Amino acid sequence: MSFYSVWETLSWDDIRLQLYSKTRKDVEVALSKQQLNTDDFMALLSPAAEPYLPAMAQRSQQLTRQRFGNTLQLFIPLYLSNLCANDCSYCGFSMSNRLKRKTLSLAEIEEECRAIKAKGFDTLLVVTGEHESKVGIDYFRQALPIIKRYFSYVMFEVQPLSSDEYRELRQLGLDSVMVYQETYQANTYAKHHLKGKKRDFRWRLETPDRLGECSIDKMGLGSLIGLEDWRIDSTFTAIHLEYLKRRYWRSRYSLSFPRLRPCAGGVDNIQSMSDKQLVQLICAYRLRFPEVELSLSTREEQSLRDGLFNLGVTSVSAESKTQPGGYANEQHELEQFSIDDDRTVNEVAKAIKAKGLQPVWQDWLNELSAMPPETFSSPE
Amino acid sequence: MFRIADRDFQSRLLIGTGKYSSANVMQESLAASGSELVTLALKRVQLDRPGDDIVTPIQNLGLQLLPNTSGAKTAQEAIFAARLAREALGTHWLKLEIHPDPNYLLPDPIETLNAAEALVKEGFTVLPYCGADPVLCKRLQDVGCAAVMPLGAPIGSNQGLLTRDFLRIIIEQASVPVIVDAGIGAPSHAVEAMEMGADAVLVNTAIATANDPVAMSQAFRNAVIAGRMAYEAGLSQNASLKATASSPLTDFLESL
Repeated sequence: MSFYSVWETLSWDDIRLQLYSKTRKDVEVALSKQQLNTDDFMALLSPAAEPYLPAMAQRSQQLTRQRFGNTLQLFIPLYLSNLCANDCSYCGFSMSNRLKRKTLSLAEIEEECRAIKAKGFDTLLVVTGEHESKVGIDYFRQALPIIKRYFSYVMFEVQPLSSDEYRELRQLGLDSVMVYQETYQANTYAKHHLKGKKRDFRWRLETPDRLGECSIDKMGLGSLIGLEDWRIDSTFTAIHLEYLKRRYWRSRYSLSFPRLRPCAGGVDNIQSMSDKQLVQLICAYRLRFPEVELSLSTREEQSLRDGLFNLGVTSVSAESKTQPGGYANEQHELEQFSIDDDRTVNEVAKAIKAKGLQPVWQDWLNELSAMPPETFSSPE
Repeated sequence: MFRIADRDFQSRLLIGTGKYSSANVMQESLAASGSELVTLALKRVQLDRPGDDIVTPIQNLGLQLLPNTSGAKTAQEAIFAARLAREALGTHWLKLEIHPDPNYLLPDPIETLNAAEALVKEGFTVLPYCGADPVLCKRLQDVGCAAVMPLGAPIGSNQGLLTRDFLRIIIEQASVPVIVDAGIGAPSHAVEAMEMGADAVLVNTAIATANDPVAMSQAFRNAVIAGRMAYEAGLSQNASLKATASSPLTDFLESL
């Protein structure tokens, strides 16, 4: 049993129909509830909820402050490699793009870690393209111990791995994995993932199950906004999250909402989402899942980001470079996508404080990482 | 005055340090609360940096640090974190927190009991965060915990004493201090716990996320004092004890 068997029972068209037939009454019912279900969530995502955005924002802020306090977590991505064996219509790393390729050596990884650590970060998101032989488990098992010497909380956004591989990385101190389904619409998925292992929709969809089985501390879900109707994809994401929460109750969860950005060899027919709709989605996620972390990248521009700091978001990246080696030496031609908020982390921290929030640089200990599941209930 | 292990405290209010909008607001709130025992998540402390903005304000105020193991999901993780806390902060006082459930942050009774037993043997003064389970509290006491910290409601929920009936049993039976932790969302909740006979309460979210945390700190300080005074004064019972001329219950006597 995995989420795939749940996904098989869901109909994209049914969900579309349900979503677009939601009324203002449905929205009001959802807003009056303490605990919302998927149906309420769809009401809040629907066009009928647009006039209720101020009320949703207020509730979202209140829930976030109560749960997470007046704080905002800071993290930073570390790109280890832009090598990729996939061909995805929307990504600058795609193998068919004529791009200078670079995979950091272990010495270069250490150099990057030092440069990032000097900025004050303690939470790191490791990102790579998907290349099984050159940027696979052999590479990760060498890289991770080096990275863990510098950062207590380490998240991966790399190709989906097997259960055994995740288990091994857990032992080496991996805390969290982000794996975005991109879209839950299988035909659309096939249209945008043209070559490589990423074509395997099911393997990707079942990745969070594999992570849950090895008691990962946190996993991140999301769909890539722009490939399909964001309302429907977000509903699927919420159903996926609800499934995982019940099943893998020891794991924490985070949600991201990346909007498709221009990149080398970019995609046509982006189904765009307005800033206002992004706020609607964030607030709907918060009302549906008060305890889930909501993560915001530097893909979004600065004034929007500053506004979102107080609307439900709980962790933000800052001063990101999307090219391997970008912290120690800048080389723009390698980047995955251009970022829109290019402030330094100190400038971002200042903006966070200006919103009455405390930037949190550290919220973890190495002592809390890498505990194999079999240590439950057997202290020595 | 009340005593935990070998220390006497004037204040019966314990304060948490999470969720504040800045280190300054936190320090002012701590000062206003009159608290002498302050808990902090070890995972938030930047041990490799001098002048950490959580530890330094507490030390400036001369308060007893109560590091906690928040983030631990197993006994073993909590034990590792406890040892690090003792080494880094120079205190063997520990608030033991093991909550593998990230939704409601409810404590794992099995892991908590195991870790408490091991840590007491290692010389820690252990104050375990636990469910409001009277038997578990007795077991924690039996393995040598210096106090028990049963929850009133899930952490940060501000719901008050949802577990009041079980808290009463715990207080009735305990031979170590009972500190009601978690769920206290308003000074009235703190008053209720203190009137019930709890030795102390721990508050964080209700202060840190109030519009004016410093004023709310003072409100809790006063509430805890009032609640304790009422407990010591001996509350009169709900049923009226005053003599009345007649009562529907005894009217039948008249016709006998």
